[in-house]
Amino acid sequence: MSDSIDNKNTSTPSSQKQRPTLLPVDERVCSFSEVSCGYTEDQALTEAMRCLQCKKKFCTSGCPVGIDIPSFIKCIREKKYEDALGIIKQYNSFPAVCGRVCPQEKQCESQCILNKKSNSISIGLLERFVADRVSATNTSSIKISNQSEASYKDSLDNSKKFKVAVIGSGPSSLAVSGQLSKNSDIDIHIFEAFHRAGGVLVYGIPEFRLPKTIVQKEIDELCSKGVKIHLNTVIGKSISLEDLQKDFDAIYIGVGAGLPLFLNIPGEELGRIFSASDYLTRNNLMYAYRFPKYDTPIATGDRVCVIGGGNVAMDAARTALRLKSKKVTLIYRRSMKELPARAEEVEHAIEEGVEFLPLSAPVAFESDEEGIYVKRVKCIKMELSEPDASGRARPVPVPGSEFYVDTDVVIVAIGSSANPILTSSSNLSLNKRGYIETDESGATSIKGIWAGGDIVTGAATVIAAMGAGKKSARAILEYLHNK
Amino acid sequence: MKQGTILKKKALSNNSFEFLVYAPDIALSAKAGQFVLLIVDEFGERIPLTIADSDPKNKTITLVMIVVGTSTYKLSKLKESDTLYALVGPLGNPSKLIPSKSVVFIGGGLGIAPIYPIAKFYRENLKETKITTILGAKNESLLFWQDKLSTVSDRLLIATDDGSCGVKGFVTTVLKDLLEKEAIDLVYAIGPLPMMKACSNTTLPFKVSTIVSLNSLMVDGTGMCGGCRVIIDGKVKFTCVDGPEFDGHLVDWNRAFLRGRIFNQEERCSYDIIVDKALNKNN
Repeated sequence: MSDSIDNKNTSTPSSQKQRPTLLPVDERVCSFSEVSCGYTEDQALTEAMRCLQCKKKFCTSGCPVGIDIPSFIKCIREKKYEDALGIIKQYNSFPAVCGRVCPQEKQCESQCILNKKSNSISIGLLERFVADRVSATNTSSIKISNQSEASYKDSLDNSKKFKVAVIGSGPSSLAVSGQLSKNSDIDIHIFEAFHRAGGVLVYGIPEFRLPKTIVQKEIDELCSKGVKIHLNTVIGKSISLEDLQKDFDAIYIGVGAGLPLFLNIPGEELGRIFSASDYLTRNNLMYAYRFPKYDTPIATGDRVCVIGGGNVAMDAARTALRLKSKKVTLIYRRSMKELPARAEEVEHAIEEGVEFLPLSAPVAFESDEEGIYVKRVKCIKMELSEPDASGRARPVPVPGSEFYVDTDVVIVAIGSSANPILTSSSNLSLNKRGYIETDESGATSIKGIWAGGDIVTGAATVIAAMGAGKKSARAILEYLHNK
Repeated sequence: MKQGTILKKKALSNNSFEFLVYAPDIALSAKAGQFVLLIVDEFGERIPLTIADSDPKNKTITLVMIVVGTSTYKLSKLKESDTLYALVGPLGNPSKLIPSKSVVFIGGGLGIAPIYPIAKFYRENLKETKITTILGAKNESLLFWQDKLSTVSDRLLIATDDGSCGVKGFVTTVLKDLLEKEAIDLVYAIGPLPMMKACSNTTLPFKVSTIVSLNSLMVDGTGMCGGCRVIIDGKVKFTCVDGPEFDGHLVDWNRAFLRGRIFNQEERCSYDIIVDKALNKNN
């Protein structure tokens, strides 16, 4: 802490990046409390002072929603936090979320001129600081009920000029709704399949990375602007897309990622082998980590293997540690350098004791004597060959290098494929992989229907989904007013 | 009134109950063979239950359950006018209408409830088809809905383990007898896994297509968790989006049994706690 005060006094642009206080490792692994405490005001001011306020805004060019970063940082320097938030919110309705979960090192921070000396401005932490700081002084009191009244039809507001249905309540849907809610003549209805709104922000990303209260605050704020959320409603099952078309002038589809991919190797159907979304949903949405106070069980064990190297794999591995596993091994087929996860998550995972087994791939799961539970993973060593279509080095198995890892639980975190529930019951044009085809603005093959986020792009980031939502919101507004 | 409000509750035996639930959107969309997911209270887990009947006019669905663990225990304690914490559906694929001359519907134990809407669906759409329904239970007191099922069947046959009603024996005893005597094109069997497996094994030598409805463990019911995966003809399928009905001759029954036991220890622990709590409250 004393460091930051010294830095503030000198406030030279060459000073070092401010590090946020982190929860000590031993406290982290026995709770689900947020790991990063974010910046104190002093730290934020010091960090903001380091910004060179470049005329040419490289950082902004690296932001998927084009936030005017130098301007909001300037406001922080002047302690005008409300103004800073105002600037961010012109581009991004959910800074408290994005400040925490964006892969800044691959986006804005990678473009920062100071990054040449690996000393980029911590833009994400500053964004989070502004959002948390202002929100601490404002509180919203609207709460949504978990069980909806009779039918959405009863809550349609005919005094408003337009009606828009938003399917799903994850990042892209929230972004669309946030943008559209600025127009008082639109009646916005969100339809969510789960019993809680927020999509991947509540079922996928764990509490220790994104506290649920942060997400809830954003959702409450939307509701206070008149957005209606219908929980427990699966469009394509409970209500058809055609029925929605009758009641709404425009529809946005943001139903997110879909079916978990499995490895398709022998033994994968054994007990205690989970998809990451099963494991994480049990924990995050259903509070399985508080079993038996909460009824949803989850398998715990001394040894856990996680397969994959993305953010979801890190979330799963770090969740397993918090469920009191003694040894968590992350098996990844490429090298540490290629890990697709956010740098901070990898760093935290290593600090917390996740062991990495890079250049290895599972080839089979073997069971205990009863044949119910997984007991060990048969793996093979991999080596990297020339780059594949994705531009990443292609991993190839090393013949004869098989080895075993004993385990009690396995979590498969290797991505997802398109969910067919909504699309199979509609005439929407899909691509070969089953994702919805859209133009630049997210317009689908059906007039009046837009789509964005993972159901269009396949698994991607929260901010990319929000960016897509924002673009579609603009197109929807234009469409409504020209109707 | 809120979706998920219980309008009527009826005991079918000392530990099985029938609920009439207010659910306008679900009642309107529900088709034979589909299920709902529900959460009993704020601490509850998401459990799938087949829609045993639906009435779009009165905006209700019927659910039938038997106490097997924590969630069903809690559900059994709900009273009329209580509201479920969450209720979502209809999920899964509806039953397909397979044109046939003679169909046998088999409901074993609690499977009597989910077999009803499918038999009704066949009755309403295939007027010429001969419909036989076989109901099975341990004893007469565990049988229910004979009246409802006889209205959609040309004949109703019953098997009880102890012979207290109908034939003494299993549903497969009656099924085998039918298969030997007459031409049957299609069999639908719903009930406990061993019963569905036994029915599939019974029809296999007669080469009669047999459809079963699996009740796998699941979290979301929309394809996201993959917890409900089963092996059908050597391939991994998800019960929620690919099922819940599958060709009984292609189901890997052994795997299905084992996957049903994944959380046995945790379920036992949770159930013991909740029953203890209830006992202490009463003392």
